[in-house]
Amino acid sequence: MSQSSRKKLLLMGRSGSGKSSMRSIIFSNYSAFDTRRLGATIDVEHSHLRFLGNMTLNLWDCGGQDVFMDNYFTSQKDHIFKMVQVLIHVFDVESKSINKDIEIFVRALTNLQKFSPDAKIFVLLHKMDLVQIDKREELFAIMMEKLQKISNPFQFKLVGFSTSIWDESLYKAWSSIVCSLIPNMSLFNSNLLKFNQVLDAEEIILFEKSTFLVISSTASIQKQLQKQHASELAGSTESLDPKRFEKISNIIKTYKQSISKLRTNFQNLVIRGSNGSHFYIDVLTDNLFIMIVLKDKSSQESCQTTREDFVILDNIKAARRWFEKIESGK
Amino acid sequence: METAPKETTNATILLMGLRRGGKSSICKVVFHNMQPLDTLYLESTTKPISEQFSSLIDLSVMELPGQLNYFEPTYDSERLFASVGALVYVIDSQDEYLNALTNLSMIIEYAYKVNPKIHIEVLIHKIDGLSEDYRIDAQRDIMQRTGDELLDLGLEGVQVSFYLTSIFDHSIYEAFSRIVQKLVPELPSLENMLDNLVAHSCIDKVFLFDVNSKIYVATDSSPVDIQTYEVCAEFIDITIDLDDLYVDGDGREAKSSEIRSTSYLANGSVLYLKQMIRGLALVALIRSDTENEKMDELLTVIDHNVGLFKKSLMKMWASAKFQTQD
Repeated sequence: MSQSSRKKLLLMGRSGSGKSSMRSIIFSNYSAFDTRRLGATIDVEHSHLRFLGNMTLNLWDCGGQDVFMDNYFTSQKDHIFKMVQVLIHVFDVESKSINKDIEIFVRALTNLQKFSPDAKIFVLLHKMDLVQIDKREELFAIMMEKLQKISNPFQFKLVGFSTSIWDESLYKAWSSIVCSLIPNMSLFNSNLLKFNQVLDAEEIILFEKSTFLVISSTASIQKQLQKQHASELAGSTESLDPKRFEKISNIIKTYKQSISKLRTNFQNLVIRGSNGSHFYIDVLTDNLFIMIVLKDKSSQESCQTTREDFVILDNIKAARRWFEKIESGK
Repeated sequence: METAPKETTNATILLMGLRRGGKSSICKVVFHNMQPLDTLYLESTTKPISEQFSSLIDLSVMELPGQLNYFEPTYDSERLFASVGALVYVIDSQDEYLNALTNLSMIIEYAYKVNPKIHIEVLIHKIDGLSEDYRIDAQRDIMQRTGDELLDLGLEGVQVSFYLTSIFDHSIYEAFSRIVQKLVPELPSLENMLDNLVAHSCIDKVFLFDVNSKIYVATDSSPVDIQTYEVCAEFIDITIDLDDLYVDGDGREAKSSEIRSTSYLANGSVLYLKQMIRGLALVALIRSDTENEKMDELLTVIDHNVGLFKKSLMKMWASAKFQTQD
C-alpha cells in the first residue's frame, strides 16, 4: 500500500509562469495576493502532502530558469523523470517566446516517455485573467490543439485547463488532477449515491479537508452515468451554476482562513437559505468534508425547527463510519 | 414613491479632501464592494457625486471633487453644509499634509459657523504604506497641528475625531461604522437592546451589520475586537455567497424566508447569523464556556431572543418613520 500510495507529481514550466503561486494557494493557504512575495524557486522544491489519509503527494516544484531546466534534461534526467505519476506543465499565456515554451514541453515529454510512459499529462494555460474575456476560449482551443498535435507522437493524452489564481478555475484544474490519482473513486461514488438515497438531497459534495478540492459529488456522478447510457433522458439538466464546485471550494477556504484569525477551526456550518434551500457543511472523516444541499420541495411554509438540522447532522455522523472504511483502503 | 423629506435627511455624509486623497476609492470600496486594487484605475472625480443607501437609516454620501474651491461665491456651500450630518475629511498620510491641514481648518471654520451640530471626522488615510511607529507619530502630529490651527481661529470647542484608515484592511469599515453610528438617532436604545440580548444569551459579541457595505450600525457595549469584527463581516459574505449559488436562475425576487446560519467552531464557540429587516443582519459570536451538550438548547433560546429583538427592531423602525412624517 505504501508503495502505490506515494504519488510523484512534477510541476514544470518556464520561469515566472506561476508554478509556485499555484502550489502555495492550493496547498499552503496563501491568498492570491500573498503570492507576490514568492521569489524564484531554486532548483527543485519538494513538498510532501498527505492527501486523503493514506495518499502522499510528492510535489516536485521545478524551478523554471533555463539553467535549472537544462540540468533537468541532461544530468538529472533519470532522477527527475523516474516514476512520475503526473506531469503538470504550466504555460504562461502572456509568454513572448512560445516556441521556447513548447520546446521545453517537448523535451519533458521525450524524457517522460523514456522513464515513465504511464504518466498522466495535464497542461495548464495559466494567467488567463490577463486575456480579454471574449478571447479566452478561442485562445485556449488554439493552444490545446497545437499542444495535442505536438504530443501525439509520444502517445500521451493531454488534459488541458485554463487557469488563473484570481478566480476559481485553479481549484477546478487541481481538483481533477488530484482526483485522477485517487484509486477507489468508484467506491466513494457508489456510497455517496447510497447516502443520497437516504437523504434525498439536492446535491452532496465531498471535499478534501486541508485543500478543499472537490473529490466527488452527486451531480458529477450523474453526469458520468448519463454519458454511459446516453439514451437515458437528460431531464435533470441543471440550471445551477456549472462553476459552483470551484466557487464553493473558494468560499469555504476563505472562511477557513478568516476563522483562523480567532485561532481556531470550524467544525460545521448550517445555513438556512433564502428560498428553501438548506446547506450543511460538516466534517465527514479525518480527511473529508461533506456538503449537503437540501431543498424544500413542498412550498408550504414549513415550521421546521432546529430539530431537523440535528437529524441531518446525525445522518452525517452515521455515514461517517462508511466513508472512514473506504478511506482506510478496505 | 417615497418623498424624501428634506429636513429629516440629516444622515448625509460629506466626503471632502484634497485631490488624490482617496475619496472615490473609499466610496467604491465601502459601498460598492470594489476590490481595493482596482481603485488604482479610478478617474479623477469632477462633479459632486451623491449616493443613497437605504439601511436602518437612509444614508446618503456626497463626495466632492478635491480641486474645487468651495469659497467661490457661485457655489452654494452654505446650504450644503447646513444639510449634512457629518463632514469626513480625508488626509493622505503618505503625502505632505500641511496643505491639507490648512484646507481642513478653513473648511471646519466655515462649516461650524453654518452648522454647529455638524460632526467633524478626519480620516488619516493610506496608512497601509506607513510603518507602525510612524502611524502613531503621524496621527499625533496631525492632531496637534489641527488643534493649534483651530485655536488660532478661536474654535477650541469643536470636536474633531481622528481615524487611521486604509482601504486594504478593515480599518476603513471600522471608521465608517463609527461615523454612521453617530448619525443614528436610535443608537442608544439599539445598544441597550443588544446589551439585553447579550446578557441573556451567553453571547460574546454581537453586531448589527448592513449586509451590503459591512458597516455595523450598532454593537453591544463591550469593546470591539477588530478580529471578531473581520470574522463576522466575512461570515456574512460566505453565507450570502453560498446561498446565491443555489438560487434558481430567475428566482431572484422570491427571497421568501430569512437567512439564518450557524457554524460551530473547534474551540466550542458558535458563529450565528440571522437576517433582520432592511438589509440588516445580526451576527453574533457565542461563547464557549457552556458545555457542548447545552449549545443546541442555547441556540434555541438565542433564536427566540433574536426573534424578539427583530420584532422590537421593526417596531422601532415603524415609529421612527412615523416621527419623520410628522
